[in-house]
Amino acid sequence: MLTTLQARMLGTLLCLGLLLAATVSSLIFGHIPVSLEMLANSIVDYDPGSLEHLVIHTERFSRTVTSMIVGSGLAIAGALMQTLTRNPLASPGILGINAGAMFFVVVGATLLSLTSPSQLVWAAFTGAATAAVLVYFLGREAGRGVSPVRTVLAGVAVTALFVSFAQGLLILNQDRFESILFWLAGSVSGRGLDAIVPLLPLFGGALILALLLSRQLNLLGLDDEVIRGLGLRVGQVRLLIGLVVIVLAGTSVAMAGLIGFVGLIVPHMARGLFGTDHRWLLPLSAIIGATLLLAADTIARLVIPPQEIPVGVMTALLGTPLFLHLARHVRKVA
Amino acid sequence: MSRSLILRSRNDRWSIKLGTRVLVVTGILAVLLAASSVLALTSGSHPTSVTDVLGTLVAPNQSELALIILEIRLPRILMAILVGAALGSAGLILQGLVRNPLASPDVIGITSGASAAAVLFLWLGGITGTSLLLAPVAIGGAFVVALGITALAWQRGISPARLVLVGVGLAAGLTAVTTLLLVLSPDATAMNAYIWLTGSLYASQWHDVTALAPWLMVCWPLALIRLRHLDAQSMGEDMALGLGSALQGHRLLFLMLAVALAGSAVAYAGAVGFIGLIAPHMARRLVSSGHTGLLPIAALIGALILLYADWVGRVAFIPRDLPAGIFVAGIGAPFFVYLLYRLRQELG
Repeated sequence: MLTTLQARMLGTLLCLGLLLAATVSSLIFGHIPVSLEMLANSIVDYDPGSLEHLVIHTERFSRTVTSMIVGSGLAIAGALMQTLTRNPLASPGILGINAGAMFFVVVGATLLSLTSPSQLVWAAFTGAATAAVLVYFLGREAGRGVSPVRTVLAGVAVTALFVSFAQGLLILNQDRFESILFWLAGSVSGRGLDAIVPLLPLFGGALILALLLSRQLNLLGLDDEVIRGLGLRVGQVRLLIGLVVIVLAGTSVAMAGLIGFVGLIVPHMARGLFGTDHRWLLPLSAIIGATLLLAADTIARLVIPPQEIPVGVMTALLGTPLFLHLARHVRKVA
Repeated sequence: MSRSLILRSRNDRWSIKLGTRVLVVTGILAVLLAASSVLALTSGSHPTSVTDVLGTLVAPNQSELALIILEIRLPRILMAILVGAALGSAGLILQGLVRNPLASPDVIGITSGASAAAVLFLWLGGITGTSLLLAPVAIGGAFVVALGITALAWQRGISPARLVLVGVGLAAGLTAVTTLLLVLSPDATAMNAYIWLTGSLYASQWHDVTALAPWLMVCWPLALIRLRHLDAQSMGEDMALGLGSALQGHRLLFLMLAVALAGSAVAYAGAVGFIGLIAPHMARRLVSSGHTGLLPIAALIGALILLYADWVGRVAFIPRDLPAGIFVAGIGAPFFVYLLYRLRQELG
């Protein structure tokens, strides 16, 4: 772990450098490779007649932006949830919030024929909130508060429920097969910038709110009585954090569908490097999350050209070993 | 305590105790299942009368109708019953073992293990993989995953909490592997695998029934004899040890029983979810009893759920034949909300 301020600054710079490298690779690698020079040209002097320029502008640019937003959103949501629930295994994917958002988006897109992203994102928020409430109540044990194992099980069961409903819709609505599969499998491709931009104000607002809450988040690790003694309104803070999680996870799902494990592993990486202070943890989680998803998406494009591996599969393969490691070392259930 | 039926071996090696209420409820459910099966036999794209069905069952002849009933509908309905019963009892055993009402074979990774093995097999063998070898491979996959879960969760014995968490993690990883294999396969194989994965009883045949039945014939009696040790465990580890029950040995046995039941069911019917989760809860609502008494009831309820789900999928959308899994989820959702309501009540 990096303890001194200088080391942390250096670490942050390093992470930013990696993010830049991942961004550039995401822009240049793929089915049609683009040279660095060409990339610079396409920004400075855009020529619609050039195939490479067209690929960058129409496809890779929006794809890269989506990866960055989704990666950072899921990572911060995961960090917030792990603090909020005091459960190292919490993340929007594992606790069913992504699945709830995904199902409501699918219902909105197929049954209610919503098309604009700003409508779908509200469906996603509703779904995320529904799932969060379900898991919260199912995870509570009579008289003994919230138990980590029970919460994880509740999350998995709620995920199974929403996913099988979405699969049912998929089979009943075969003409919308493609669009439903997109959300089920999770993908950062195929969304134009016009679908992303309307979601940015809400997303940015939630992000800033999360950063502003850093001090309160640092206190949440203490006992409830101690926190109250320090003059923090625990209920209000928890509610605010919950809302931030729902907005971040909901936006991510509305953009890219189900992408698991980013919210789980990134906060652990950030905590391992920068400690538990949320003033460092949250921004670094965002940077690492964006880097990770960009890298995963770039690799997913390169493994079996011209096909692509769904990026959710890549993140799951990366995340499973870490989850198993954590599961083995979770302290005996309270 | 009401009267009960007790079967006991002379040297007390095994005993089964079934309360009167358990026997009555089991009887009612069995009658209901038999009646539902006959009704399910009558419907399909060629509706048949009940008398015709009963006549054909009693005295088979060579008519076209007899062929439809005996060779197409009957094996499928029997499969629905066997698979549902196996999943229901596997769920009961797992929930007792883990001491958590939200555990089930699909949640802790047994189903995903079987699925991943089957898809891997289809991928390696191309599209030639016919159902004869597919099922043993899937069962093998379920066992390998169960062993993996046990090994990873083993720290001086199995702790139920770790078992669940490790299972959940492995399930997620295996699902990713399955998706990856589907993406890597040529389209024909992927389609083949996808059909299997959806979990459908479409085109079940007699050889499926005769292959699945032995698994259940072995597992159920063993479970009935041994399940009283699960009752001992539900009182706490110390109590179970004090009562002279071999704690870890029995945990392993129950895990293997659950895997054999769930794995074989999934192998022959594909990944049907949720029955293992909800059937045991319904059984507990009907009778309050130890696990021995709950087993037949959970099995019968599982059978009824899958029978009806498959029936609806088969008949309601003729000529399309929809996977039973969708309708099982349809029953599962309201029950889930009910479960939530009950947990809240306990808290309030």
